[in-house]
Amino acid sequence: MTTLAVWKFASCDGCQLSLLDCEDELLAVAGRVEIAHFLEATRAVEPGPYDVSLVEGSITTPEDAERIRHVREMSRVLVTLGACATAGGVQALRNFADIDEFRSVVYARPDYVSTLATSTPIAAHVDVDYELHGCPIDRRQLLDLITSLLLGRRPDLPGHSVCFECKRRGSVCVVVAHGTPCLGPVTRAGCGAICPAYQRGCFGCFGPAETPNAAAQAGLLRATGMAEDDVVRAYRTYNAADPTFIELSRVMAGPAPGAGPGGTGQEET
Amino acid sequence: MTATTDVSANQPVLIDVSALALLFETLREQGYTVVGPTVRDGAVVTAVLDSADQLPYGVGVETEAGRYRLRDRADRAAFAHSAGPQSWKNVLLPARTRRWSADRSPDGTMVVSGPDEPRRYALLGVRACDLAAIGVLDRVLAGGRHTDPVYAGRRDGNLIIAVECTEPGATCFCASMGTGPQCGAGFDLAMTELVDDDGHRFLVRAGTPAGAGILAALPGRPAGPASVGQARDAVAAAAARMGRTMPAVNLPGLLAANRQSPHWDDVASRCLTCGNCTMVCPTCFCTSTEDVTDLTGDHAERWQRWASCFDLDFSYLHGGSVRTSGQARYRQWISHKLGTWHDQFGMSGCVGCGRCIAWCPAGIDLTQEVDALAAAAAVTS
Ligand code: SF4
Ligand code: SF4
Ligand code: SF4
Ligand code: SF4
Repeated sequence: MTTLAVWKFASCDGCQLSLLDCEDELLAVAGRVEIAHFLEATRAVEPGPYDVSLVEGSITTPEDAERIRHVREMSRVLVTLGACATAGGVQALRNFADIDEFRSVVYARPDYVSTLATSTPIAAHVDVDYELHGCPIDRRQLLDLITSLLLGRRPDLPGHSVCFECKRRGSVCVVVAHGTPCLGPVTRAGCGAICPAYQRGCFGCFGPAETPNAAAQAGLLRATGMAEDDVVRAYRTYNAADPTFIELSRVMAGPAPGAGPGGTGQEET
Repeated sequence: MTATTDVSANQPVLIDVSALALLFETLREQGYTVVGPTVRDGAVVTAVLDSADQLPYGVGVETEAGRYRLRDRADRAAFAHSAGPQSWKNVLLPARTRRWSADRSPDGTMVVSGPDEPRRYALLGVRACDLAAIGVLDRVLAGGRHTDPVYAGRRDGNLIIAVECTEPGATCFCASMGTGPQCGAGFDLAMTELVDDDGHRFLVRAGTPAGAGILAALPGRPAGPASVGQARDAVAAAAARMGRTMPAVNLPGLLAANRQSPHWDDVASRCLTCGNCTMVCPTCFCTSTEDVTDLTGDHAERWQRWASCFDLDFSYLHGGSVRTSGQARYRQWISHKLGTWHDQFGMSGCVGCGRCIAWCPAGIDLTQEVDALAAAAAVTS
């Protein structure tokens, strides 16, 4: 039987919980795979190697940087779960700040805390076979990936924008109909476009879509009234260490919606 | 109480707004599921309606490139709004639908079932541009050698109740595409809404025996020349109030001759490649499939879902995607709509509804892009 291991690095456990949250399907999963290592569910641990390792969390300590190499060596297929494991998570905000200052402000005894200056995604340390995005991941995507790996078919992991799913779902666009800022046009689909269905703009928790247009999105966000600081924060939330979102967070000007041909949105200098 | 009318002579009939309730009842009795306009989340959307009360009475809309807002009207008109984010494509070619499912039994045999049995739909509030769009989809999905079973099944037995536009939007340009605002053919019933001191009423004409049958069940009175003239004038006035015009140039020729135009860089700098334009377009018919299995592999389903030429995956061939740049993808979309569609299907892929203009979060307007492309071509030639 296929063996499955679940690993935790710096994270909140929410993505692992998504697996436990697959209530209806969980028994079926347990019947098809041998769960060899999943501390959130059971203390019983089988030794490796493992066919599939699901890895949650980012690398924030020297010990974890070692441990992930060990996990990789023991795993045939390695899948990262969620924004922390694929893009550093919210804890990657430290990458833009002084870690010693953070440590001294947060902890009573900073000297007890051994940590790296950065929070980095798993792929910065070892080869990754599949990435599941989101904060948290979408449980249907997780099940589809596990099923695909079991049956040897191609998983359905789109790289296009959230807008595709938003329209397929029949939601009314919050940008066009309400003037609400939304990261959907630059964010990878996979969540089913949940936020716009509740009249909230997309928060970008799935990270960048395949070909985001930084300037056009900046123009859109600024036109909805977002200040420069807000634009930076919008990108540096769940996927703070993602290089594409970092790039997008540095672009503050772009053509306003409806600018028309030749409309660049850049200030005349 | 007005007597039910003999419409065998195909005379236009006037019905009062109160007759819409009976229209719904009649449609339901005849086994139709009514789909029509209603307000949800700040827009007029199309949805399955249970009663005429759900129609958007007194709701107007303001559209611009990348912008759409509802507004209160001074009157109680139910169809005085231009295109919302959805079209009849959402009913006839749903965004996500099952093509087939298969079950493997323990003895190894396979049981396969087709798409779910569709309902019989009555489409209420179909505009002239929408009629043209359904005509395009008929040609593409049911008029060739390869019929789309989902579309054909849902299209079969439709009843189409058109409502002519008297309130075009700022993003509308059906008049310049030759598709509206007056409804020529392709409907079972066509109505024109009239609201004034003489009351809230509809001028109705039947286009088919099925439509005539429905109309005969409604309390109506023969329309006099005054009402007929009033309706005609209202629609003619709408034609003169279109917010946009498609430039009167040879579109297929322009697009074919300018594949290397510097203008594609310009539009790509504004385009998010988000795919919204193709999703809202009532004629964009592209779909892809997604296979779903349970963990055992004994149950499998194939789902069909809307695809878009703005997706990298769309042009993925062995080894990579063909159209990777935003330039190439925007050019594909507009070239197909206005150019190569003619070669493929002998018609335009654009009916001038303006949805792609209003519902583009970047407010990109294809009529302006055509203008700019033509201007750039004039400079370089
Ligand atoms: S609400 Fe956001 S995700 Fe949905 S279509 Fe509009 S921009 Fe895209
Ligand atoms: S033209 Fe507009 S709606 Fe279409 S992909 Fe570009 S930004 Fe999106
Ligand atoms: S291309 Fe735009 S205006 Fe033309 S039919 Fe499609 S959505 Fe309507
Ligand atoms: S414009 Fe694009 S999505 Fe629309 S029909 Fe053509 S190829 Fe398909």
